[in-house]
Amino acid sequence: MKKASIIMMVGPLFLMGLYVFPLWTIMLGAPQYPDPLGMNIHIDGIQGVNEFDIQNIDGLNHYIGMKTLPKPEEMWEFSTFPLVIGIMIGLGVLIGLLGFFKKVNYKWFIGWFIFMSILGVLGMYDFNAWMVDYGTNLDPNAIMKLANPDGTPMTYKPPLFGHTKMLNFDVTSLPATGAWLMFTGMLLTIVASVVGWRNRKAPHVKNPVKSQHHE
Amino acid sequence: MKKSNYFFVTVLALSLIMSGCQQGTNKSSNGALASSAAEKVYVAPGEQDEFYAFLSGGYSGNLTVYGLPSGRMFKEIPVFSQFPTSGYGYSEETKPMLNTSHGFIPWDDLHHPDISQTNGELDGRWIFVNGNNTPRIARISLATFETEEIIEIPNSAGNHSSAFITENTEYVIAGTRFAVPVPQRDMPINEYKGNFKGALSFISVDQESGRLDLKFQIMMPGFNYDLSHPGRGASHGWHFFSTYNTEEANSLMEVNSSQNDKDFIAAINWKKFEEYVNNGGGSKMATNYAHNVYDDRTHTGTSTMVKEVVTVDPTQVPGAVFFLPTPKSPHGCDVDPSGEYIIGAGKLSADLTIHSFTKMLEAIENEKFDGEAYGIPILKYEDVMAGVVKSGGLGPLHTEFDGKGNAYTTFFISSEVVKWELGTWEVIDRKPTYYSVGHLMIPGGNSRKPFGKYVVAMNKITKDRYLPTGPEMEHSAQIYDISGEKMQLLYDFPTHGEPHYAAGCPAELLASKSQKIYRLDENEHPYAVANPSEARVERDGNEVHIYMSTIRSHFTPDNIEGVKVGDKVYFHITNHEQDFDVPHGFSIIGQNTSELLIMPGQTKSSLWEPKQVGVWPFYCTDFCSALHQEMQGYVRVSPASSNIELSWSLGED
Repeated sequence: MKKASIIMMVGPLFLMGLYVFPLWTIMLGAPQYPDPLGMNIHIDGIQGVNEFDIQNIDGLNHYIGMKTLPKPEEMWEFSTFPLVIGIMIGLGVLIGLLGFFKKVNYKWFIGWFIFMSILGVLGMYDFNAWMVDYGTNLDPNAIMKLANPDGTPMTYKPPLFGHTKMLNFDVTSLPATGAWLMFTGMLLTIVASVVGWRNRKAPHVKNPVKSQHHE
Repeated sequence: MKKSNYFFVTVLALSLIMSGCQQGTNKSSNGALASSAAEKVYVAPGEQDEFYAFLSGGYSGNLTVYGLPSGRMFKEIPVFSQFPTSGYGYSEETKPMLNTSHGFIPWDDLHHPDISQTNGELDGRWIFVNGNNTPRIARISLATFETEEIIEIPNSAGNHSSAFITENTEYVIAGTRFAVPVPQRDMPINEYKGNFKGALSFISVDQESGRLDLKFQIMMPGFNYDLSHPGRGASHGWHFFSTYNTEEANSLMEVNSSQNDKDFIAAINWKKFEEYVNNGGGSKMATNYAHNVYDDRTHTGTSTMVKEVVTVDPTQVPGAVFFLPTPKSPHGCDVDPSGEYIIGAGKLSADLTIHSFTKMLEAIENEKFDGEAYGIPILKYEDVMAGVVKSGGLGPLHTEFDGKGNAYTTFFISSEVVKWELGTWEVIDRKPTYYSVGHLMIPGGNSRKPFGKYVVAMNKITKDRYLPTGPEMEHSAQIYDISGEKMQLLYDFPTHGEPHYAAGCPAELLASKSQKIYRLDENEHPYAVANPSEARVERDGNEVHIYMSTIRSHFTPDNIEGVKVGDKVYFHITNHEQDFDVPHGFSIIGQNTSELLIMPGQTKSSLWEPKQVGVWPFYCTDFCSALHQEMQGYVRVSPASSNIELSWSLGED
């Protein structure tokens, strides 16, 4: 259980990467953009891959009537997500620590993972909902109003995952470093759970001695 | 007269024979090599060239940028000439760049570009060029590819043996071609001899900012200082000038300045002069010249008149100047990559004379002089001469080097490039040019480290090389592969203006640091608008200042009223784009200057003086976007007596 608990403490710490690295990256390439434009979606806001990319994406989007990309203060998510992630890291480390002192068992580890996964899915759902709004809720006075072959107004929702062609742009949306670190961290909590589950009946010979030392 | 006529008849006959021979050999060798030549110059779509080449524009007054080996032109950089394409010399910000002691000069004759060096190797910080007619030196940034500084050279006329830089870019050196009275005064022309002076100017370069400072001028005898090159390696600290008209003739120069069997190469130990001046030597002379500096943060040029210059009498600095006799009005005065050989191209002869720097030092050491001229010792030809290239060509002008022990010389009269070996002075190969080649360029060919892969020959005569375009046509250039033993003609391309000289460097030296935009948050132009909400119109008497911003695809503001006939209306336009290659243009009907082409983040100003009542449109001249045609606006011009208040708007009805 000691080993599992240490892994459980380490896993959530990987989520700290989200404060530094982007969660998701959406790249927009076109023939006249040999260096593609890109946005890095962080838990606390959207940044350009290159310094002026946001301004330039907004500049292009105004033709088709898309809203400008939100500033951090314009979306509650960008102030809430960092809090939620912080709480989850704290909670995860605490569970690991309690596990270390045998106050809780591996089921708590699984519990954290499931809770985190639910939050992750909710986050993705929210992100997707924003993209739908961003890509379809267009200015009725847009300069260019384009229609699909069937006559319905063309919309511009970026893909949640993968590649799509939008007018002259190739749009690619993929998890970025922050997300990969988060996945690694979450995977570690599964490892912790499995290790904890395997050792659930094993007698811990040394533990009484050690815990005496600690107490 | 008679003698010279015979000479020119001979030259003419020889050149006809030579060109006849060349055409014959060319035809026979062309077929076999044609396909491989095509492959060598073919830069596939989307690929980029191996080298940058900066070709002087001569009488265009500007500098052109090409790629090698493709021969594609990338840019014309306005330097000494007004350039309506961008508004250079027309915009309020750039007019000061063309200010001189003679007032605003819209043109010059740009001759010799030279790229900055460190330890004798190209470093790609700046490129320096000379204005020949109204003597000036300009410095161009190789990050923005724009002219940043122009300094006028006083006491000079026909600023031709310029702008050559020393091997750590300590100095840009500028010599006068025409001797003139110093200071200028009203005097009989035929009293030239002994009275006119030839000023050699040493302009120091600040290593951080690149700022130029005319440190001192050496007042040499009144010869014509034609071309010059710096010493390098062991000869660093010296500078060599070719001279002609040592006869000091002042009329019918083509004959009267060609009488001496030998003219001189002047060897100047500039380190001695520098030391002399640093220790308080030289005399301060009253003068008047313009020093113009462009700041890429304020996007504005300022012109300052300087009233004093330090002049040095060369006879007051012993052991610092010597004359090396060199046959027949030498033009080119080129120094090999090692710094040992100084090559004098006697343009009225068939041969090249090579002087040895080591032998020159020995002769100076042993004081083996052959008399003096105006107190300056003349060395003995036999003592300093290292060898002669018996070329078999006629009219040698200019030599550059491949860094592998070979030299390449242009022959104007016989229209050819001749490859020869340093040390043995043996001719290895010769190839015709089309026609009458002036100068040539090997990237880094004027440095310690040449990139000896291609040579570009710049010709003076085009004739039948391209589809005919009437009496006037562009000059032609040829590029040769020089990587093998024999030169191979690869390609032929037209050039702009009259390239006299060129400088080239590997693409990677510049490409990665070429600036893409100007940062809006670094824009310190006094009339810039950082945000469209700051756009406004202000009146100050009859001056109207329009603070305008542009972004795809509108001007802010685009409707302006309250302007009156007789007003001086200044449009100050800031391009708010921060995207690579999205300039906006500006023009308004009746503009007496030129359009403006404003790069992202930049501010430029245009003066408009409306003379007629009406509602006058302005528009963006650069096809900036799909909505470019909609990028337009109106100015309402009312009678001078009108009481209409200034107003401005965007998107209001």
